[in-house]
Amino acid sequence: MAKLPIIVLSFIVAAVVFAPFLAQYDPIAINLDDIKSAPTLKHPFGTDCKGRDVFARVLYGGRISLGVSFAAALVSLGIGFTAGLISGYYGGWVDTLLMALVDLTLAFPSLLLAIGISVIMPPTKFTVMAAIALVGWASFARLIRGQVLKVKEMAYVEAARSLGAGNLRILLVHILPQCLSLGLVMLGIKFSGYILTEASLSFLGLGPQPPTPSWGNMIGENRAYILSEPWMMLFPGLAIAVTALCFNLFGDYLQEKHTTYHDSQRH
Amino acid sequence: MPYHGFTGNYRITGFRVNGDLFTYIIKKLVLLVLLLIGITFITFSIVKLLPGDPASGLIGQHADPEDIKRINRALGVDKPFAVQFLGYVKLLAHGDFGRSYYTNRDVLGEIMRKLPNTMYLAAAAMAIAVIGGLALGFAAGLRQGSSVDKLCSALSLTGLSMPVFWSGLVLIIIFSLKLRLLPPSGTGGLRFIILPAVALSLPVLASIARITRSSAIETLAMPFVRVLRAKGLRQRQIKYIHLLKSILIPLITVIGLDFASFLNGAVLTETVFGWDGIGRFTVDGILKRDYPVILGCIITGTFIFVVVNAAVDLAYQWVDPRVRIVRK
Repeated sequence: MAKLPIIVLSFIVAAVVFAPFLAQYDPIAINLDDIKSAPTLKHPFGTDCKGRDVFARVLYGGRISLGVSFAAALVSLGIGFTAGLISGYYGGWVDTLLMALVDLTLAFPSLLLAIGISVIMPPTKFTVMAAIALVGWASFARLIRGQVLKVKEMAYVEAARSLGAGNLRILLVHILPQCLSLGLVMLGIKFSGYILTEASLSFLGLGPQPPTPSWGNMIGENRAYILSEPWMMLFPGLAIAVTALCFNLFGDYLQEKHTTYHDSQRH
Repeated sequence: MPYHGFTGNYRITGFRVNGDLFTYIIKKLVLLVLLLIGITFITFSIVKLLPGDPASGLIGQHADPEDIKRINRALGVDKPFAVQFLGYVKLLAHGDFGRSYYTNRDVLGEIMRKLPNTMYLAAAAMAIAVIGGLALGFAAGLRQGSSVDKLCSALSLTGLSMPVFWSGLVLIIIFSLKLRLLPPSGTGGLRFIILPAVALSLPVLASIARITRSSAIETLAMPFVRVLRAKGLRQRQIKYIHLLKSILIPLITVIGLDFASFLNGAVLTETVFGWDGIGRFTVDGILKRDYPVILGCIITGTFIFVVVNAAVDLAYQWVDPRVRIVRK
């Protein structure tokens, strides 16, 4: 069940990483002799209004779309883990404050928040990354906090403390490993959402600016040609949908495996 | 494994209170006001931190610096932050969102004019999502493991994976350009609403289908279903009445949570379909740096979101008496 999405994903990631070897055309160079060409053998995905090869642009755009989503996931994970560990372990007013912040973040339509963040800064890929991460950390923080509350009462933590381990050591060596798998499962479930948010922000023109391609801004940029040359926006959209679908399947698989693992431990 | 009921997210808004229903509503209202003040402050700060000032946006960056200064002074954006914020709060207290920098129209009036359009779109999308999601989820969950199940699950995952703006464009290609059945954009009656509503509903339809499926499977495995069967109840009756009942709670949760995704989705769908609603108004405002519009839209959006969440909390209690939001 999980094999197919992993194979397809590795294929996509490889294609994106090795884009310079696979694409025969420059993704940015304008070629006015060959504009709006329908898909042919020479240009498998056609060309856009400036004669640029859509196939090359999808490959290079994937570098940005996947890269930004991946970076955003790492940052969310980092902030979320830090906040969750501190909040769950120390409790008190820090916990109250952090969880109020989490509630506030989650109580707000995420795309609007991301749009709000991405308009403060100039539209680049870093802005999109920051916008996704500043919304995404909250669900990790809440999840990890719950896990820390459970783990910190366990006997082995008590034992570590009586052996003289400091707070930092207990947090990093004894509690953190117990939270990792939960966090990674959550990441698997959330990742397709990051890809879609990245695409949405780029589509609205809040991400990397033309001529730099990303899957979202290719669709936004070529919207005007939807009537006559639909391939310009069909292929980048397909790339988003297939990638998100694979991550969704993979996330489902992780979640299922994780729950059965914990059920079997309970009995 | 003992049955705990639906252990998903009862706690949407994150606020539980003790006391009776009246106290609950009062406390919700107080929280709503606090949240709105917080959101107003945050949005206001964000908007004021935006690069570029409204005047350069209005008359172009290469205009005479004196003119830019004069216009900024007229709009009041050259005053200190605290003065501007207090001024805005004062305006809000009078039930006024100010005027758009571009059209000079009353922002509240514009929002009131566009809000029904967005609500109309959201309601249509929710209807499609609930009906389609329940049908798909039941079809899959009642025949777990069958090819129908696999097909339905694949469909719902695909729905979750497509970006709303892209599925919208694909719908336009198919139904407006190839089949010439429906108009590609514009605001209006039934013919205009079908495509945007379908596009907006897809991800929510998919998540309702998934929840319905797992809920149906979980419920069918429970002892009470065997009792009902032993009692001689017809299979159909079990399926449609008792299963539907047990699905209500998770369904309400999903509807409540996905209302946020409708607010998100409306921003994209309205942009793609040229639907004259709040979503497109917000995006236009942001792209033009029209501060009063951005602030008004975000405050309205948050308000709707919080009110819907409170309504969902109350609905739990009505649907499932075991749930007590108000603890005595």
